[in-house]
Amino acid sequence: MPQDYEIVIGLEAHVHLSTKSKAFCASSTQFGAAPNTCTDPVTLALPGTLPVANRVMVEYGIMLGLATKCEIRRSNRFARKHYFYPDLPKGYQISQFDEPICERGSMTIRTAESSRVIGIKRIHMEEDAGKNIHDPHCGASYLDLNRAGVPLLEVVSEPDLRSPAEAVAYLRTLRQLVRFLGISDGNMEEGSLRCDANISLRPRGEMSFGTRTEIKNINSFRFVEKALEYETVRQIKLLKSGRSVVQETLLFDSQTGTTHPMRDKEESSDYRYFPDPDLPPLRIPESWIEEVRSKMPKLPEQRYHDLMTVYGLNAYDAGVLTAEREYVDYFEEVFNHCSNAKSACNWITTEVFAKLRKQGSNQPQDVVKAAHLGSLIRLIDQEVISGKMAKNVFEEMTSSGRDPKEIVEKQGLKQITSEGDLKTMIVNVLERHSQQVGEYLAGNQRVVGFLVGQVMKASSGSANPKMVNQLLQKELDLIKQKNKDS
Amino acid sequence: MTEPALLTLTQLRAGLDRKDFSSVELTSSCLKLIEKHADLNAFIEICEEQALAQAKHADSLLAKGETSPLLGIPLAIKDAIVTAGIRTTCASKMLQNFIPPYDATVIQKLKQEGAVIVAKNNLDEFAMGSSSENSAFGPVKNPWDKKRVPGGSSSGSAAAVAAGLVPGALGTDTGGSVRQPASFCGIVGIKPTYGRVSRYGVVAYASSLDQVGVFGRRTADCATLLQTIAGHDFKDSTSIQQPLPDFSANLETDIKGLKIGVPKEYFEEGLDPQVCDAVKAAIDKLVSLGAQACEVSLPHSQYAVAVYYIIASAEASSNLSRYDGVRYGYRASNPSDLQDLYCRSRSEAFGIEVQRRILMGTFVLSSGYFEAYYLRAQKVRTLIAEDFKRVFENDCDLIACPTAPTTAYLLGEKVQNPLQMYLGDVYTLPASLAGLPGLSLPCGFDSQRLPIGLQLIGRPWDEATLFKVAQAYENATAWKTHAPNLG
Repeated sequence: MPQDYEIVIGLEAHVHLSTKSKAFCASSTQFGAAPNTCTDPVTLALPGTLPVANRVMVEYGIMLGLATKCEIRRSNRFARKHYFYPDLPKGYQISQFDEPICERGSMTIRTAESSRVIGIKRIHMEEDAGKNIHDPHCGASYLDLNRAGVPLLEVVSEPDLRSPAEAVAYLRTLRQLVRFLGISDGNMEEGSLRCDANISLRPRGEMSFGTRTEIKNINSFRFVEKALEYETVRQIKLLKSGRSVVQETLLFDSQTGTTHPMRDKEESSDYRYFPDPDLPPLRIPESWIEEVRSKMPKLPEQRYHDLMTVYGLNAYDAGVLTAEREYVDYFEEVFNHCSNAKSACNWITTEVFAKLRKQGSNQPQDVVKAAHLGSLIRLIDQEVISGKMAKNVFEEMTSSGRDPKEIVEKQGLKQITSEGDLKTMIVNVLERHSQQVGEYLAGNQRVVGFLVGQVMKASSGSANPKMVNQLLQKELDLIKQKNKDS
Repeated sequence: MTEPALLTLTQLRAGLDRKDFSSVELTSSCLKLIEKHADLNAFIEICEEQALAQAKHADSLLAKGETSPLLGIPLAIKDAIVTAGIRTTCASKMLQNFIPPYDATVIQKLKQEGAVIVAKNNLDEFAMGSSSENSAFGPVKNPWDKKRVPGGSSSGSAAAVAAGLVPGALGTDTGGSVRQPASFCGIVGIKPTYGRVSRYGVVAYASSLDQVGVFGRRTADCATLLQTIAGHDFKDSTSIQQPLPDFSANLETDIKGLKIGVPKEYFEEGLDPQVCDAVKAAIDKLVSLGAQACEVSLPHSQYAVAVYYIIASAEASSNLSRYDGVRYGYRASNPSDLQDLYCRSRSEAFGIEVQRRILMGTFVLSSGYFEAYYLRAQKVRTLIAEDFKRVFENDCDLIACPTAPTTAYLLGEKVQNPLQMYLGDVYTLPASLAGLPGLSLPCGFDSQRLPIGLQLIGRPWDEATLFKVAQAYENATAWKTHAPNLG
């Protein structure tokens, strides 16, 4: 990282909204459908067709605006942005220009070092373009207009980010936010979250900005960081050698890890924005905003604090559990069934997450029902089964989907808590391991653990470990006493 | 059977209900007349098969004793309104083979009412023009004098109704495209309030101005037609939820005490003296029927031509971007690359006037010019609308003025001078820019026996008053008995 230069980054993130229908018509927004099946006369821009704004898209816009503490414009307008490209059926994109739905907000991001408030300049609604698919073998181009008209929110940050790591943290926070709000799946691989980054450098202490470059269409968190790191180094080299940065639009090549300028043709100069005469100004009365506010789920920031203050978890665990809305929802449900926050958190972040990683999923409910995990934890806390037994029961739960109580009963897995039975087992173990007992008597405390393990093994894990510990100690004390006496 | 198509829509309704003739007979008669007078070039597509099927269906309903105002009535549609399965060209080479998969909302409404769509009318390409000379399918001839233009851009619709080939037709009016041809062809035509009729399925020229209008040989016919196609449509965000009065029920009411504003600026330089006299005489006639006339001033109307050609061209340049040769419509052969595909497809398929307006519109929206042209034009547009608002609040219930400064001119007369052609819209543009309803009706003939039109402009949503006044005038005069001699 440069010591004498400060990095200044601003991001424009495009968030695909998870509405059922498109931004301005009734076509489906389904991802991955057969090409051109999610189209209709409006999507195809047939002569005579007209746009009608999707109410849910507007509500999602209001929701993200409220969540980022933006001002919601009571009257905002759609504007046409013109350029010719085959994936843009109308020859213009319906977007918002000088009257966006949300303005002047902020979002708090947390990095390893600190927590910072990043300004949100504006959020506006727009429609996506379709896809051109080039076949280099036959020199043909194909067009899939399924994505054309899918609603997007473009979130424009202030140039408040100071490192590539912060840029990634900002994007992750935004992704987390839209997922918690349920307005987007935030999936970068499917293109539900894309971003353009503006970056410039200035000598530390300097107030005015340096010349910026814009890196277009970056589609993964890793690439955002890599592209910005590459660009930082490139700009520093230029500045240190006394040359200047050229203001230009760049593309990031993920193969080589470098940026290169877009060809002139790819960079359109004059979009000829003007208010879309097909769409009257969109009025958003206070009552609508309140209605949306009342429908809003709790924000990740709030839930993060709740996990610490209400449930007593530490910041690290709270962070892990709020990475996804599904996790914290799941956690709370598990807690409702066992009232043991720490244990619930441990089970989720170790056993459940391990399964999720294996399945490549982020739906903990698919691993085990929250109610089942809660009752498993309860069985441990009530000392019906040991933690070790619980691991086996958990395995059985994930494969059969059955209730842990049922499994415990059916397999006779109940913990051995009878003092008499345990004592018999302990005496047997001690007889078989007289060498270790001898070492103990010689002052080696560490063999106790070994002996406990042997008892647990002898009981096939069903002995209550706490009792085994106590009883074994008692037995050893007895032997010690006997030795002294004799 | 006499040629039923020459009857008015009201007479045809009665005839069908009395079973004097069937819808199939009526439709066939229209089709024959259309063929006979093909020299007028009023049609681009004749849908004989579909029309006869619709007529047959209408007859089966009529046989069951059903009726509704348009059941079994043949109508023609300006070819800027899309019709499912029927070629819709907009009189452009760009769309010469375009067959839409859907019906415009107005077409759906006509079909629901049992109307029979017989043919698609010729027009100025993409509704840009005032004479039909911009049609890729050749100009339409004025039935009153085939050497003359019928007006435009709803040229074929007006000519077909005037010639008695169909009893009624739909047109579109952006800056006068229903009223001016109605005037040139000696028939009644109305452009309703902006937002009264759905634009869904109307090929867009200038979205903030386009409205569907109707033509008839009688005021009552227009009232019936507008009644059917009007109403809010959720598919058009600019259509407005407004109560829809029964236009026909209130036609024959007294106009006593109605205040008619006569805008002094509409009777100044550039107005043909014969047109001026006829319009003034018509206003006198209305006064004799009990209305009051007063002079009003609409000082900003003089800027309407400039404002219109900036705003309409800007919107047109945007609306016509979709014709890129990629998904449908004309595509240039063997393009060398994408740029070439766009440039040649559009250059080869758009006519000169369409290209002129796309260029003008692109220019006024360009960065550096946007404020000086587009934004300023919008401000003046507001001033023009405020003039009307003021006189309707203080002075009058409606406005009467000429529809066009002249009667029909000769084909070819103004082709070389687009600006002169634009000036022909000087009296219709202000109401368009203000979104107001405007109606044109015959009020006499000039010395060459060419029709003259009287324009009535009303308050927003007050088409009913326009119909009422037009009906009173029609009742009191005999212009309606004149018909063109088609030879």
